[in-house]
Amino acid sequence: MQFLFRYANPGQFMRLSSVLLPFTAIAAALLLALGLFLGFTVPPDYQQGMTVTIMFIHVPAAIVAEGCYGLIAVLSLMALVWRHPLSDVMARAAAPLGALFTALGLITGSLWGRPMWGTYWVWDARLTSFLLLLFLYLGYLALWNAIEDETKAARAAAILALIGAVNLPIIVYSVEWWNTLHQGESIVSGKLAPVFLWPLLTMMAAYGFLFLTLWMIRVRTEIISRRAHSLMLSGALMPRGGL
Amino acid sequence: MSAFTTLVARDIRLAARSGGGAALALGFFALVATLVPLGIGADLNVLARVAGGVLWVGAVLAALLSLDRLFQGDYEDGSLDVIALSPLSLESVSLAKMLAHFLSTGLPLTLVSPLLALLFNLPAPATLTLFLSLLIGTPAVSAVGAIGASLTLSLKRGGLILPLLILPLLAPAVIFGSGAVSATLMGQSAMGGGDGLWLLLAFSAAACLLSPFAAAASVRLNLSS
Repeated sequence: MQFLFRYANPGQFMRLSSVLLPFTAIAAALLLALGLFLGFTVPPDYQQGMTVTIMFIHVPAAIVAEGCYGLIAVLSLMALVWRHPLSDVMARAAAPLGALFTALGLITGSLWGRPMWGTYWVWDARLTSFLLLLFLYLGYLALWNAIEDETKAARAAAILALIGAVNLPIIVYSVEWWNTLHQGESIVSGKLAPVFLWPLLTMMAAYGFLFLTLWMIRVRTEIISRRAHSLMLSGALMPRGGL
Repeated sequence: MSAFTTLVARDIRLAARSGGGAALALGFFALVATLVPLGIGADLNVLARVAGGVLWVGAVLAALLSLDRLFQGDYEDGSLDVIALSPLSLESVSLAKMLAHFLSTGLPLTLVSPLLALLFNLPAPATLTLFLSLLIGTPAVSAVGAIGASLTLSLKRGGLILPLLILPLLAPAVIFGSGAVSATLMGQSAMGGGDGLWLLLAFSAAACLLSPFAAAASVRLNLSS
């Protein structure tokens, strides 16, 4: 915990992130280039043909989108329990990215569904729960934007994120109970051929670094804009020519 | 009368007399049930098949209508501050408000649902399942809705954002509830509903148990400062 508290300081975060940012950005760019190259040079799948390449864009987006909601939930819990201002900032900065990756997952999924299932959209369990996840993200963002008082907005959004996190497994279960068509998980269970696995893992790492990079930039921007705001306030309080 | 029952009785009286709440929700519910056949055609077989889903969605939306005022009215005129100062904990206050909302909205909706099911040509066993599922499920709508209402209680236009917050969370209730009706319709189980009703009961119990704490936390944060 002590370790976490040290980096919960915005100043520490700014220093640490300014060092890390170039590395994660370069890692994201290189891995993305490599992953796309590997992905587009795989042999066609015996069943799915060349559409299998969509997988390399689709699956990592879905995983980042899910992970991002978990991240927001953990940050929200930390914000509610320990009242770290940085956790709020980080959760808020992650949400639009999560929504974006969810939307990307949905769009690529539906483009993949067209040749595979013969239709852009099927009410399959995983697609449906992803659509609901997108709405959870949008609701979270809407609540943040609707409440003017920053601290109140942060705590209300944190409560909502935690309720969503508790409810998400139930939603996923209920939707699965309702309808299942999507193919099951095939990475951990070893059903994916190595020729597809490597590009997929590369793309996953690329998406992870991409998320990390964008996220850090957003958190930094938010911290800087808050500083600028408080400087402006203190400037307004000073007598003319005082600052 | 204890403080808890007083609060429940007061909220029910407010819902019944201030021209909002129960009657409007019922009217909305009946209108949805009237418009859907106009939209999808009068084929009675089709209507029977979609009845469970349509009536469930209609009931959830109707219950939503009066939710945004659950805490807002009391917040605006200051009575929420007075209630917060009473010996009743905010968790109990939230529970009382959920109960009052269920009794003034969810229960009447449940009671008229067999009548509307008649319009949809739903067979008797499926109608019974629909009735039971709404009886079990509408408390969950009130409970989850109360969280949304407490999060948005200070917002002028809270009613607009509320559905976005709570409808995704209520998806399991709609799925289990209308799933139970479909299961009965297809004769999958003798005593209607199969797994759906039990899963709905579990969801509803968990929602009613946990929601007061979440709602109380967000009322508290809105009352602070």
